[in-house]
Amino acid sequence: MEEQDAAPQGRAPGRHRDGSRSVKTYLIGLGLAAILTLASFWAAQSGLVYGPAVPILLAALAVGQMGVHLVFFLHISSGPEDTNNILALAFGVFVVGLVVFGSMLIMANLNANMMPTPASMQMQP
Amino acid sequence: MIAAVASGTPGEEDAGDIPLSQRGPASTEIVARFGFWLFLLSDIVIFAALFAAYAVLAKETAGGPSGAQLFDRTYTLIETACLLASSFTCGMMSLAVERRQGLAIYLWAGITFALGLAFVLMEFFEFLGMVAQGAGPTHSAFLSAFFTLVGTHGLHVTVGLCWLAVMAAQVATLGLRPMVMRRLLCFGLFWHALDIVWIGVFTIVYLGAG
Repeated sequence: MEEQDAAPQGRAPGRHRDGSRSVKTYLIGLGLAAILTLASFWAAQSGLVYGPAVPILLAALAVGQMGVHLVFFLHISSGPEDTNNILALAFGVFVVGLVVFGSMLIMANLNANMMPTPASMQMQP
Repeated sequence: MIAAVASGTPGEEDAGDIPLSQRGPASTEIVARFGFWLFLLSDIVIFAALFAAYAVLAKETAGGPSGAQLFDRTYTLIETACLLASSFTCGMMSLAVERRQGLAIYLWAGITFALGLAFVLMEFFEFLGMVAQGAGPTHSAFLSAFFTLVGTHGLHVTVGLCWLAVMAAQVATLGLRPMVMRRLLCFGLFWHALDIVWIGVFTIVYLGAG
């Protein structure tokens, strides 16, 4: 009955099916998030990680932790009853990526083109 | 339970025998929570614009202090711990709401409020300290972007605290009627989403400055 109700209705974001399992879910989420947070601060601080790789490692840890929050706290799953939520989330991620990486790309390109070259310096009066 | 089968959610095996046009509307709970989910995603798009501005301007310190000189990582770690812990206690509050345990709701809401308030106060004093050092938002493009991004997040958390206080009052006066429970669960989504934004803030702003 539970399953028959849950699937065709679609599931609201943040809704969990089973109360007794959820405390455990939140605890797992808290543990994983704490480990990933500490790993981020350690990676930025320790100097043991190869310097140029640190930003990439930090990005990976951050994306991982966002995933942990989505799955264990917001209860977004890949199941069929979550299709609408996942679609909306995918569109949100798409827009965020466009805005952030698009801005960075355009501004870096502008900066590079605005850099005064020797030829343009001579053209100035 | 045929009558309860609802909504335009495609791809459900169980609902396959009922045509889309003959299913009733989705329940209020699903509509309200899905709408709130869309609001949260659009809020995250606002933060994306602020993140983009910060990423572009992070190096433009105009001769003033840079992030590496201003930020104290231990302080940020404590802030992060407060917010993460409050996200967990907020989840516990959502569970108590679904089980209709009044006392547990007040308890977890109180802890969530205290941790959220600690976070906001720590951020407020960090801002005060920076302004006192002469590193206010007017000093450089980097600091303008920093105060806008982190300040907007802090403002969201402050609004969330007000919301939580109002919800506690509604539980006390109106009781656990469906409308109040729906609002409490939406608050949970809002709080978790703010914690997700904070992951981006501490990674890009505080750890990226090194």
